[in-house]
Amino acid sequence: MYGRKVKLRFFFVVLILTTLILSVFLILKSLEENVVYFQSPTEIKELTDIGKKKIRVGGMVKNNSVSINSKEISFVITDFKNEINVIYSGVVPNLFSEGKGVVAEGYLNDRNFFTASKILAKHDENYMPPEVKAALEEK
Amino acid sequence: MLSSTIGYYSLILGLCSSIIIFYFSIINYQDKILDTKILSFTFLQLFFVIISFLSLVLSFINSDFSNETVFNNSHTTKPLFYKISGTWGNHEGSLLLWQLVLTLFIFIFLLKSDNQSKQYRILTLLFQEIIIIGFFIFIIKTSNPFNYIYPIPKQGLGLNPILQDPALAIHPPILYVGYVGSSIIFSSVLAATILNIISREWASHIKKWVLVSWIFLSLGILFGSIWAYYELGWGGFWFWDPVENVSLMPWLALTALLHCIIVLEKKIVLTSWVVILSITTFTLSMCGTFLVRSGILNSVHSFANDPERGLYILIFLFSLIFLSIFIYFFFHKQNIKNNNNFFWLSKETSILINNWFMMYFLSVVLIGTIYPIFLEVISSQKISVGPPFYHKLIIPFLFPFLLAMAIGPNLKWVKSNMENKVNLILFFVLSIFVSGFVLKNLDQKFLINTVLLSSAFYLFFITIRDLFTKNFKNFSQNVAHFGFSLLILSILLNNFFSSEIIINLKVGESFENNKTKIIFNDIVQNKQKNYVSIIGNFTVENFDGKIDNLKPELRIYNQPNIITSEADIKTSFLSDKFMVMNSVQNQEYFNIRYQVKPFMIWIWISVVLICFGGLISFFKKKNEK
Repeated sequence: MYGRKVKLRFFFVVLILTTLILSVFLILKSLEENVVYFQSPTEIKELTDIGKKKIRVGGMVKNNSVSINSKEISFVITDFKNEINVIYSGVVPNLFSEGKGVVAEGYLNDRNFFTASKILAKHDENYMPPEVKAALEEK
Repeated sequence: MLSSTIGYYSLILGLCSSIIIFYFSIINYQDKILDTKILSFTFLQLFFVIISFLSLVLSFINSDFSNETVFNNSHTTKPLFYKISGTWGNHEGSLLLWQLVLTLFIFIFLLKSDNQSKQYRILTLLFQEIIIIGFFIFIIKTSNPFNYIYPIPKQGLGLNPILQDPALAIHPPILYVGYVGSSIIFSSVLAATILNIISREWASHIKKWVLVSWIFLSLGILFGSIWAYYELGWGGFWFWDPVENVSLMPWLALTALLHCIIVLEKKIVLTSWVVILSITTFTLSMCGTFLVRSGILNSVHSFANDPERGLYILIFLFSLIFLSIFIYFFFHKQNIKNNNNFFWLSKETSILINNWFMMYFLSVVLIGTIYPIFLEVISSQKISVGPPFYHKLIIPFLFPFLLAMAIGPNLKWVKSNMENKVNLILFFVLSIFVSGFVLKNLDQKFLINTVLLSSAFYLFFITIRDLFTKNFKNFSQNVAHFGFSLLILSILLNNFFSSEIIINLKVGESFENNKTKIIFNDIVQNKQKNYVSIIGNFTVENFDGKIDNLKPELRIYNQPNIITSEADIKTSFLSDKFMVMNSVQNQEYFNIRYQVKPFMIWIWISVVLICFGGLISFFKKKNEK
């Protein structure tokens, strides 16, 4: 016969293990749901399925493409191979400007139009999103 | 020129004295009394680092551009205050500051620990010297702040303007005191494990250090958060940005550790927890430095991308972790008789539950921060993890966590019974009614919000009751828990009742919806010392007849050429009115964000209260002795 203490300890070990497994499972599950993938305009052109998930698009803001009215800002993101039109209503970071790197987060309408819900603010005049840098280097 | 030379050589002399301390400590280990030479050399070590640090400060004040660090980060037109704070606004200088705090702390430790056993003091010193020597070599080899440039440039490159801010000038030193404090805890725990002296006396001795680093870490995070609120114009207090997460993780571990130490002061349980949490806190602090400084997390804080630095810290960190794990497994002895008197309804159990929650929150934050880096390394796929991930995983668990926090302190040590708990239930019913009343007009996600708000109110009421009924017996804990409940309440109410308008306006235009009217009156341009300021003049009319004048500002800095926006915030006890303005591509339209954020100031106040709780606890013990 096992003593009470051994049983109690066994119970604790099982409890801790199940909690651990459960929380790891929970974390991974919600990670899978909430991860935002980064794509370049070229990658978007090559997509077979547009999907309904939130994504990030990165590249350079094309010259002379920014236009603004009282509700929205629209511009073109380019990786010098392909382009995508972005419509955005929200806060524009200080460093957002033509010819500079940009990362927009939001949803694809189709392969050419993207509705952004956020434009990322990175505060460094020489900053280029690492994703953009990589995309440019590939070129 | 001269000050750079002095600074560099005192760094080397500092390294020499550290090695001498290390050597003397090993020799002195078997003796009965502490060799006074050790104390003198620890002072000397501190002295050299202070000299080195002061000479860097002096180089910054004199704008000595023959020094590479000064050249990269300063400019003659910068105000004096930011010239000084620029000293630690960069990689090299901030490491020197880190070293300064390290050497200062070990000196204070030696002075203050003379009632402890000599072997313990020597061992702690030894471990601490390993860390100090590691950082000396790191600074001298990979990030020497005193490099020369020739020919001497006429002008520096300037400090990033968003770092030119009072809150950010004091944020790094305060955060570093918190981080470095954890290194003392780390060394001390390793020493205590080897000597097997983890006892109640040791707990009350180390509690001071835990409290100090905990208070400073909390304040450091607070300053960073306030700065992000008004300077970055993101309009909030926490963004789950990797850099923020990196400072939150050691805080979670340290908070859990603090609670364990409190238990340990009363009875010898949870010793493994203490050891593991101390190691975790220190590792996470080092990881924080590594992730932020190495440029792996691309953000405001990464000053340079230098793989050599990253590699060095990584190797250093791993050897420390291996050393500590080795010590833990070979020296740590469980006290066998302890586990018997554990009863499920007791203060210990509730603190244990607290630990498990903290560990859970910690792992959520850790995975969310590390996973993108990890994935990019193995599959070169680029992802980011946003706030929804954290919210989804943390919010549901806040409910039991808050309840445990309310009930836990009302339990007795060892064993408590269910009597006299009726009013606890009464308070719970009361909080459900209050939160139901508050949320009455809100249609979104009513259930989860009610549950959350109820538990927050519950903690709030219980802590208020305890403040008055317990005759200040456990005042520090009450204040800290009360602060925490206030924090959660303000965050929740802030989330529920915030409103936001984002529009693009030309000068002279206005915007109107059913609640607010925003009128863009005009803009004024001014030339300041190192920037041109453009101030927008807005009138905001609320439907209740209240009229505010808000003046957000754009600053165009000349060196380096950066535009920053300074939000204008009207703070009152009930809510903040926040407005930030941006120019878009020099077009006529300005991008305007107007937010009403209720209870914003209470978020800051509650964190100060939490720290104040820690402060009371720090001084209370002193008076009793």
